Amino acid sequence: MKILVGYKRVVDYNVRIQVKPDGTGVVTDGVKLSANPFDDIALEEALRLREKGVAEEVVVVGIGPADLTAHLRNGLAMGANRAIHVVTTDAVQPLTAARVFQKLIEKEQPGLVILGKQAIDDDANQTGQMLAALWDRPQATFASKVEIANGKATVTREVDAGLEVIEAELPAVITTDLRLNEPRFIKLPDIMKAKSKPIDTIEFASQGVAANDHLKTTHYAAPAKRSKGVMVKDAAELVAALKQKGLL
Amino acid sequence: MSDRETMEYDVVVVGAGPSGLSFAIRLKQLKPELSVCVIEKASTIGAQILSGAVIEPQPLDALLPGWRDNPPPICVPATEDEFWLLSKTGARKLPVPPGMNNHGNIIVSLGAMCAWMAPQAEALGVDVFPGFAAADTVFNEDGSVAGVRIGDMGVAKDGSHKPSYTQGIDIKAKVTVFAEGARGSLTKQLIKRFALDKDSDPQGYSIGIKELWQLPAGRVTPGKIVHSFGWPADSHTYGGSFLYHLDKDRIALGYVSGLDYTDPNYQPWEAFQQWKNHPTVKSLLEGGTILSAGARAIVTGGYQSLPKVEMPGALLIGDTAGLLNVPKIKGTHQAIKSGMLAAEHLAANALNPAGFDARLRASDVMAELKKVRNIKPAFKKGLWFGMLNAAWETAIGGASPWTLKNKADWSSLHKLGQQEEPKRDYVQRELAPRDRLAGVYFAATEHDEDQPIHLQVSDTNVCVTKCAVEYGNPCTRFCPANVYEMVEDEAGKRLQINAANCVHCKTCDIKDPYQIINWVTPEGGSGPNYQNL
Repeated sequence: MKILVGYKRVVDYNVRIQVKPDGTGVVTDGVKLSANPFDDIALEEALRLREKGVAEEVVVVGIGPADLTAHLRNGLAMGANRAIHVVTTDAVQPLTAARVFQKLIEKEQPGLVILGKQAIDDDANQTGQMLAALWDRPQATFASKVEIANGKATVTREVDAGLEVIEAELPAVITTDLRLNEPRFIKLPDIMKAKSKPIDTIEFASQGVAANDHLKTTHYAAPAKRSKGVMVKDAAELVAALKQKGLL
Repeated sequence: MSDRETMEYDVVVVGAGPSGLSFAIRLKQLKPELSVCVIEKASTIGAQILSGAVIEPQPLDALLPGWRDNPPPICVPATEDEFWLLSKTGARKLPVPPGMNNHGNIIVSLGAMCAWMAPQAEALGVDVFPGFAAADTVFNEDGSVAGVRIGDMGVAKDGSHKPSYTQGIDIKAKVTVFAEGARGSLTKQLIKRFALDKDSDPQGYSIGIKELWQLPAGRVTPGKIVHSFGWPADSHTYGGSFLYHLDKDRIALGYVSGLDYTDPNYQPWEAFQQWKNHPTVKSLLEGGTILSAGARAIVTGGYQSLPKVEMPGALLIGDTAGLLNVPKIKGTHQAIKSGMLAAEHLAANALNPAGFDARLRASDVMAELKKVRNIKPAFKKGLWFGMLNAAWETAIGGASPWTLKNKADWSSLHKLGQQEEPKRDYVQRELAPRDRLAGVYFAATEHDEDQPIHLQVSDTNVCVTKCAVEYGNPCTRFCPANVYEMVEDEAGKRLQINAANCVHCKTCDIKDPYQIINWVTPEGGSGPNYQNL
């Protein structure tokens, strides 16, 4: 079985996000970029399935500008067999990403697609669901445990009420939640090995995918600053202050 | 353990700062056939580099001709210099000392510059590995340096192995080049092991604390460079500020305190924040926002404190050797030059480090340090003596027949009550950040909490007994990131180390008066994630 893994590059979770002064986006110059943490979990799960003998090949997929190669090399250093780089300089919305995956699936015929439940930049949480619909295959989202046997995936999902176990016929889309696994550390010798692993580069335009025709971003702004608090001496003063503001 | 994985290179470089990257680039230019790797503890290149920084570009011209066509992301030519003496409310403009004339220099973010240099090294075939900390030096049977050991990943606080445990590998090389920056943790051990400092004075340091601000449009004058001394430092504390106007309404500012200060109650971070509230600075910053902040020790011992920079199998370059020029407040050009010199030496001598020490001492890197060797030490005798002496030494080009001595910074601290506490004429602060914890937020520092504490205190009893009485636990004050706290609970008073806050400045390792704090590398990739510092 072949597993396709979405491997998105985002602003690192440690970085304090800054909105560009002109409101056209967030600052990414000189900012640390790294793999979307949920995608690292997706890749780790795929690698474990390969190590268990369930899968033979793990392919990481990235959609982005030319310098995304270095990021995909990290995925290869973690252990993926090869990478597919769909090159575009435009921002990619969930539906566009899902359409790209659909095209790649036609070509690659994977038995399983594992994606992060969401990316920590736009927190959309849509690509996996949209892809399952476009592909017309089952989806198992927010996975915290995955078992594959007899052409079926048994997936424990994290839901509001607790845990839910479902079975999905393969091929299917699984999206990962935080507790699924703890991604491995990359080892130095594996970084060297990754240098000789193949990265297929595909121009976005050649995919015949309609891009970003559904949502338009007008501007970005930071949340309004909270004004300074007021210290009150006692309950009576608090009540008076609340009344004055018309809250009581 | 014999089953530890090993990688072999001709040369391994520890630290991807200006000296390490310059070395790697120069060596590959001269000997493309050699295999060279650079390891760096920060998660990305430049994320743990912090400097002013106004740099002299000549060494870059020599290393990367044509770099001006493809400059680093922040690169603003110096336009004007100002030098001010501050009092609490006033300011007097003084003539700019000759060493501080920056005509022809450029203002950069050194972190961004290193991130810009690394791909150029990679293009020459250098393997650059961010996120891997050199935790130990590895030695050959004959005692020479064989390489470095990468720290293990996935070790729990109690030393047990987590499921993600990954053993660090050994990188072995014919030569190991240490480019760790000021107070390198491996360099410190090597200086001791090989007695590299037996003919030199103890090394001296300062701490620099820096912030990068975004200001309302139209307030900055790109290329303007302003230095000040005086308030808030008292006349016996070596302290001064820098303020560099960048492009895009950004401004870099910081405050440097000599770590040879004597008053155990001195707080370098507070001095920086006080200076920001001086009327001349505050008016500039009000209404702006902080983009990034951090701190780093600076090496200031200079000529008389330079240890031997070679040992069997290894070399020291840049600030880990100690090449910064204090009156110029610049070390980057020296770092680049020493890196290039080391590469040229190894290329010409079949990778034999022997002779590099003599070569460095005969070079203009050392000549530059010799000229200014007596300037910083004289400030021990007070600001005015220091200024007069600096004028004298500058006028005669450092030709005095004497060389003033340096003392170790940890030994300079007076005990509580031993001196009258200097009058600190401080103001009520209004600008952000409110306290050190609010400040450390802008360093975006990150350490997995479940890992061994990388600030090893060999005897924490000293903290509650001897140190509490003698010095009042100065670690709780000199640390710019509030790592050290004395807490009291049912078990009594004890030292609490908030290691996750650490910004890797190394001040504690330097200034702790009992020398019981040992800074070691945390898990690779941990630590601050500076943006454009």
